[in-house]
Amino acid sequence: MIEGFVALYIFMLAAIAGYEVISKVPVILHTPLMSGSNFVHGIVLVGAMVALGQAQTGLEQLVGFVGVVLAAGNVVGGFVVTERMLDMFKASGRGDRR
Amino acid sequence: MNFVIQVAYFAAALLFILGLRQMSSPATARRGILWAGVGMLAAVLVTFFAPDVRGVGNYLLMFLGIGLGGGLAWWFGRRVAMTDMPQMIALYNGMGGGAAAAIAAVELVRGAPMSSATQVLAAVGALIGAVAFAGSLVAFAKLQRLLKSSLRFPRQRETNLAVLAFAALLGLLVAFTSGGHSGGMLFLFLAAAFVFGVLMALPIGGADMPVVISLFNALTGLAVGLEGFVLGNPAMMIAGIVVGAAGTLLTQLMAKAMNRPLGNVLFAQFGGDDATVAAEG
Repeated sequence: MIEGFVALYIFMLAAIAGYEVISKVPVILHTPLMSGSNFVHGIVLVGAMVALGQAQTGLEQLVGFVGVVLAAGNVVGGFVVTERMLDMFKASGRGDRR
Repeated sequence: MNFVIQVAYFAAALLFILGLRQMSSPATARRGILWAGVGMLAAVLVTFFAPDVRGVGNYLLMFLGIGLGGGLAWWFGRRVAMTDMPQMIALYNGMGGGAAAAIAAVELVRGAPMSSATQVLAAVGALIGAVAFAGSLVAFAKLQRLLKSSLRFPRQRETNLAVLAFAALLGLLVAFTSGGHSGGMLFLFLAAAFVFGVLMALPIGGADMPVVISLFNALTGLAVGLEGFVLGNPAMMIAGIVVGAAGTLLTQLMAKAMNRPLGNVLFAQFGGDDATVAAEG
């Protein structure tokens, strides 16, 4: 378990990293980047799997199952949508160069 | 195995950050999503072998859930028209928020041993997740034209604040009730948070929606990060907080690109301001 100040340090450094990492994004990439970061927080699937894996009663299993379904949708949907958007991006970029 | 799991989570966190970095430049954007995808695949695969995951029934439910949610999302994500992308992002983002709330609900109902600070984090994450879930669903419904009117009524801002305060109060009660919950209070809390999310998104017009979706995206990231702290899962912590911060910056950038201060997008149309309402109508 990560507790107390170690957690605070992680929080601070991750927040700064997130802020810095996209600070120079051009306007045209706003929507794809939103979609990409939407995919990244799909990591919630890992947590949903652990929560479901520890469930014992029927209620816990039901809520955990709903969590896994939702999280899987986030991951897969986020990836497919981002991929399609960036694919279009590549195609138009190549067209410009020709 | 535990070591392998930790290595995979570390690699995932690193790949997410590097992937996001590449996604913010046109030349490398496609490589970025692939890197993030590899990190995600590794993190999910090793989680099947996590030591605290057990029970044949639970494994079955896990495969079923991933197949169901992932399959449907894949199918719709492939078929949807390119112009309808923003609402798909909203929908998938909302699902992530709902998942974060569900994790908190399982942990709190189960009465998992945690410090009271952790319980507060779980409740805050559940609140934010449920708000992002509800708000994103409204954003999806509006852009998909399932929901056409923007609901506005007098004293809207005060009403919304009251609902939020009520939800927060219930959340505190849930967080400071030690031991397992029967569920009643917890689900009332989540319902109140859900109602606030709906109320928050309802008055916002269609043109402003991308900015709002980005805000809910940041909120989901934050909720995921908080639940990561609750579960002690470093990959979730880092990915969630990074997205929370990046999403907040992105929301500001998008509002600026539209020449609209963020406060305007969120609050300009709430009660009292008759001039705005008349102009919109």
